[in-house]
Amino acid sequence: MSQVSIFSSSGAYSSAWRRGSITRVLEDQRWFGLLLLTPTLILLGLFTAYPFIKGIELAVTNTTVGVPGHFVGIHNFVVLWHDDIFRMAVWNTCFYTAVATTVKLALGLWLALLLNRNFRGKAMMRAAILLPFIIPTVLSTFAWKWMFDPTFSVINYVLLHLHLITIADRINWLGVPWLAMTSIIIVNVWRGVPFFAISLLAGLQTINPELQEAAAIDGARAWQRFRHITWPLLLPVTMVIMLFSVIQTFADFQIVYVLTGGGPANTTQLFATYAYQIGIGTGLLSQGAAISLAIFPILLLVVIVQLVYIRKTETA
Amino acid sequence: MSIGGIGAVLATGRAPAYAQQRTLHWVRWSDFVPASDALLKGQITKECQKALGINLQLETINANDIQARVTSAIQSGNGPDIILGLNNWPQLYTASLADMTDVAEEIGQAQGGYYPISKQVATAGTKWIGVPWAVGGGLVAYRKSWFEAIGYPEFPDTWEKLQDAGKKLKAKGTPVGQALSHSFGDPPGFWYPWLWSFGGKEVAADGKTVALNSKETLESVKAAVPFWNDACDPGGLSWDDTSNNRAFLSGTIACTNNGASIYIEAKRKPDTYQTENGTPMYKDIRHAALPKGPGGQYNLPGPFTDMVMAYSKNQAAAKEFLKWIHSKPVFEEWFTSQQGYTDGATKYWEGDKVWSADPVLAPFKKVPAQGRLTGYAGPPDRAAAEVQTKYIIIDMYAKAVQGMKPEDAVNWATGELKSIYGV
Repeated sequence: MSQVSIFSSSGAYSSAWRRGSITRVLEDQRWFGLLLLTPTLILLGLFTAYPFIKGIELAVTNTTVGVPGHFVGIHNFVVLWHDDIFRMAVWNTCFYTAVATTVKLALGLWLALLLNRNFRGKAMMRAAILLPFIIPTVLSTFAWKWMFDPTFSVINYVLLHLHLITIADRINWLGVPWLAMTSIIIVNVWRGVPFFAISLLAGLQTINPELQEAAAIDGARAWQRFRHITWPLLLPVTMVIMLFSVIQTFADFQIVYVLTGGGPANTTQLFATYAYQIGIGTGLLSQGAAISLAIFPILLLVVIVQLVYIRKTETA
Repeated sequence: MSIGGIGAVLATGRAPAYAQQRTLHWVRWSDFVPASDALLKGQITKECQKALGINLQLETINANDIQARVTSAIQSGNGPDIILGLNNWPQLYTASLADMTDVAEEIGQAQGGYYPISKQVATAGTKWIGVPWAVGGGLVAYRKSWFEAIGYPEFPDTWEKLQDAGKKLKAKGTPVGQALSHSFGDPPGFWYPWLWSFGGKEVAADGKTVALNSKETLESVKAAVPFWNDACDPGGLSWDDTSNNRAFLSGTIACTNNGASIYIEAKRKPDTYQTENGTPMYKDIRHAALPKGPGGQYNLPGPFTDMVMAYSKNQAAAKEFLKWIHSKPVFEEWFTSQQGYTDGATKYWEGDKVWSADPVLAPFKKVPAQGRLTGYAGPPDRAAAEVQTKYIIIDMYAKAVQGMKPEDAVNWATGELKSIYGV
């Protein structure tokens, strides 16, 4: 092979031309923007758009495991409409999400306000708060399962030794419908509060302390300062956090799968666990996909309402 | 290698036979008898390599996770060569399983024939879609001395007597322990036989006509409520398949329907599991059949079936392996390690020495022959599997014990069955 010097006049010219053309393209904001967006588009396409489209495709067929189905229109949704267990899962999911998210917000805000103060060991405490969020959900939920075990519950053990309950009326945490729902909400709150606390803490730290000081000088009490300064300024951040939390809680699977399997008698069945039971347990992939897809319009509504509200608070 | 040999290799594009390393990927549940998994992964894997030249890659996973694995493998057309299916799962995947007719029939003929329940779940029409491996059996493990103390020298043979015994035992803080929850094994293992023993059934013999809404079913639900309230541990509403083992071994329940794993574990660790008198607990454990009701006495065995996946490129090796591992000397090694936890899938294993080694385990020998499968009086097909995986029968009883009127619970379950069976 003959060697062509890159310093040769013709080589220098061609290299400069190439560099020039690339630079020209990159200097065009539209192309440069597209280039920056490409990795995100690829990731979203592969891991969000493709599964979503595949889910829609599955939901309108009668595909079962290993058997490609044919188009059946909205048949799967009609079946779900008449399915008692599905209706129960819808109600359970809405209740679970509403209660868990509200409690997470209240506790997260409280924790964030505490962590925003100056005290010794503040950094270590902030790191420790994140522990429930860091531990893999399945692992921590198994620990909770032991704590809620009807026979070996450490909670019951403590209550028993404090003489607050007797062996005969030990608390059946996961066996009584309302207690089972309470238990899964407790675990979800335990796991989700750190996310709220740390995110809200970040929001609190963006609030100029001079505003608080000025209000204090003007005689505003702590609650008034919170009500009229902290909360309005924290609201946009709070809404974004709520948005994430609602989406995650609505699609929760692991906590219920490990703790109750949807029982007793489907009283803790959620969208995701029921979709799994139908799609995987029974092999009815299309119906499982239809259940998963049924989350979409509800979540879409929630997201639209929240995004509109966020925009309103930002432009107000 | 001769020039001709190289030419042949180049012409066929295949490596010479002796250079090929055949590998089989076999997925099974994590056995309730850990010694059996250790045997398969150790000694039998080595013997397989020596006898067949097959590198056996055995993977054991939680039973509740097997179906997710099967689904992803079938949909992607890639994964394990053989997967051990539980209960009637093979019926869910008939289109995706290789034809095992030749292997299954050869083993069946050589070993006294398969039990009907093993054949039912492993065949689609006349075609075998899997090779029956074994049958998991459930019997009631009970504390002999505790039942004697309340006036039952033998385990109660009717539900009324068990309710009476359970009431007395519950008053002492050691009730009947039974799962009435969403878990794959123990809840159906008890509540389907309960339904059948009152004469109830899911569908008629045609396998299509829903027959659940009957006087017999209603009676069974009505009877379940006082039985549960008087005799059972309420914690059973949230138990998984391991909960009753733990409760029994810790001495908090007096009896439970289960495989032999409780007894085997207690016997394996006599110093760990002891009675209140400090004696080894296993010496106080006996096994009995579930009591009978007005409609008879039944159990729900759990057939295990090895499914060779249709996408597998190692089907020939899989067949060779299954013939080998089911040969009497090899299978006996595994069967002995089970100590009676499972029965064979063929009648030959009723005569195995394992049944005379320990008389406490001997009752398990008869489980497969007395068993019925879900979907009765129809076949254990896809619809039956859907009813089971949706826990419709279990929840019918769970709803009633939680306060729903028995009539409403039966109506609810019947509606679900009608929707599943498409009528």
